[in-house]
Amino acid sequence: MRLTCPLCGPRDRREFTYYGAEEYLHRPGPDAAPDLSQGGAWDNYLHLRDNPAGPTRDLWYHDQGCAAWLLVSRNTLTHDITGVELVAARKGARDEA
Amino acid sequence: MAELIAKAALDGQGPVTRAGLVLSVLPPAPVWSIAPFPGEDLTPALAALGLDFPAPGRSNRAGDLRLIWTGRDQAFLLGGRPPEGLAAAVTDQSGAWAGFSLSGIGGEAALARLVTPDLRLAAFPVGHVVRTGLNHIPAIILREGETEFHIRVFRSMARSAWAELVEVLEHLAARAAAVQGGASAPARTG
Repeated sequence: MRLTCPLCGPRDRREFTYYGAEEYLHRPGPDAAPDLSQGGAWDNYLHLRDNPAGPTRDLWYHDQGCAAWLLVSRNTLTHDITGVELVAARKGARDEA
Repeated sequence: MAELIAKAALDGQGPVTRAGLVLSVLPPAPVWSIAPFPGEDLTPALAALGLDFPAPGRSNRAGDLRLIWTGRDQAFLLGGRPPEGLAAAVTDQSGAWAGFSLSGIGGEAALARLVTPDLRLAAFPVGHVVRTGLNHIPAIILREGETEFHIRVFRSMARSAWAELVEVLEHLAARAAAVQGGASAPARTG
């Protein structure tokens, strides 16, 4: 398996570390209810994940390369990698941190 | 305060020559990390030195100064101090890195045993730089010349990286000797 890093080009999977679902980019805002009640924003952010058969997006870290966080679009049925983008280059990325 | 003595990584280690390649330790030299603050353009400040902030995988030089790309929004200035007042996070990392030189014909064949990216001249011309794993060791590899690579690793891993590289050279030398000696020719080369 290879990921095409937007900065480094195609690289072996061993250079990357998997972090988790794209969900981690969407941290609840300050107005979200501060409890972890079931189905609430924080419960969803921390614990609830889809298990898609098909397209999915998740976060990878290029630790052996450029040290950038990447948002990878892939397909769990076909194992196709359909896109790799820099998290930092996304609109409003700095507000998400 | 006690008198502290600066020592180079692998102090006293002489060059190793095997399979037509020479592996040696680079002398200690300044290494400064320059990471521009978000949205800042360092072009005018660097242009005064004759340098330009490098695109990913590239480097440029002016006299003894060399600016090499080392990561997202980060470059290393080699060979001297950066100017004051850059709109960037600037840190002196001179003591944190150990550098090796691998020179001779076929250096890319030796490195191919340890790194996954294609480092042949056509894909990795002079002045290009790659940040990748040297086996499991994070490394910055610069093509210094057509037959010379500069390999930099965290100083704490210098001894391991040196051992990995020497082992590769010994394997290449052993294979060359086996082929020359007329021993049953190996089915695969390289």
